[in-house]
Amino acid sequence: MAVDQSLIGREFAPTRAYAVSVEKVREFIAATAGPKAAQDYAGGSAPATFPIVVAFDAMFAFLDAEGIDLFRIVHGDQKFTYERPILPGDVLTATLSVASLRQIGGADIIGTRSEIRDASGDLVCTTAATLLHRGGDG
Amino acid sequence: MTGRLQAGQSLPTQVFSVRRADLIRYAGASGDFNPIHWSDRVATSVGLPGVIAHGMFTMGLVARAVEVWTDAAEVVELGCRFTNPVPVPDDEVGVEVSVAGTVKEAAGDLITITLEVTCGAVRVLGMPKAVVRG
Repeated sequence: MAVDQSLIGREFAPTRAYAVSVEKVREFIAATAGPKAAQDYAGGSAPATFPIVVAFDAMFAFLDAEGIDLFRIVHGDQKFTYERPILPGDVLTATLSVASLRQIGGADIIGTRSEIRDASGDLVCTTAATLLHRGGDG
Repeated sequence: MTGRLQAGQSLPTQVFSVRRADLIRYAGASGDFNPIHWSDRVATSVGLPGVIAHGMFTMGLVARAVEVWTDAAEVVELGCRFTNPVPVPDDEVGVEVSVAGTVKEAAGDLITITLEVTCGAVRVLGMPKAVVRG
């Protein structure tokens, strides 16, 4: 099933505010850098890929709204551009828009862009992701 | 801290061991519970060889490698393509992901690092690149 072409350019509602905590960052560090690094973490900058936690909230909401099965999605590419590091105490929201959409060999190639902003509305990080959707039978 | 990094410099390769349990841990930490990262049944149903690592997990290892190389310099930009999957077998051994890097450019206060990320003989990321503030 092809994804609706009218999605291009559409911006979705911001995600629910996400409060960054020391423990959540430590858990993320444990998962990507191991237990020693997690133990040493003293509450500073979150790892560079941490904003994906907030960006995925936006992506899951988008997939859900469009009736796209998560298991048919493979991540094609990902880019982060940072205005500043993310710190515990930040309250973040992500706003996703669909930048491009094309079909190749029965798969949808969905280009998304999310802006992650803090409680003051200042831009913290921009993420761009390409999602490959294998349509399957329905 | 990163002042000692110079253009052309090769950075010491970092090797990460990846097992199923690591993917489960990452799923919990990141909130990405896509079953292709924990269920062979679902993964093979969509044409994958079996459970594969989250692309963002592999990218997380890249971020970790960059952090170690640069003494945790501020990252300004990080990007890659996910060109080949990293299948992770359901055993105690798992797979190894190697992250190699080269300082491509050190201009002003910005340092650009290009990387090569492999699993076995397969290059799994396309054009992985990080820019940090020196």
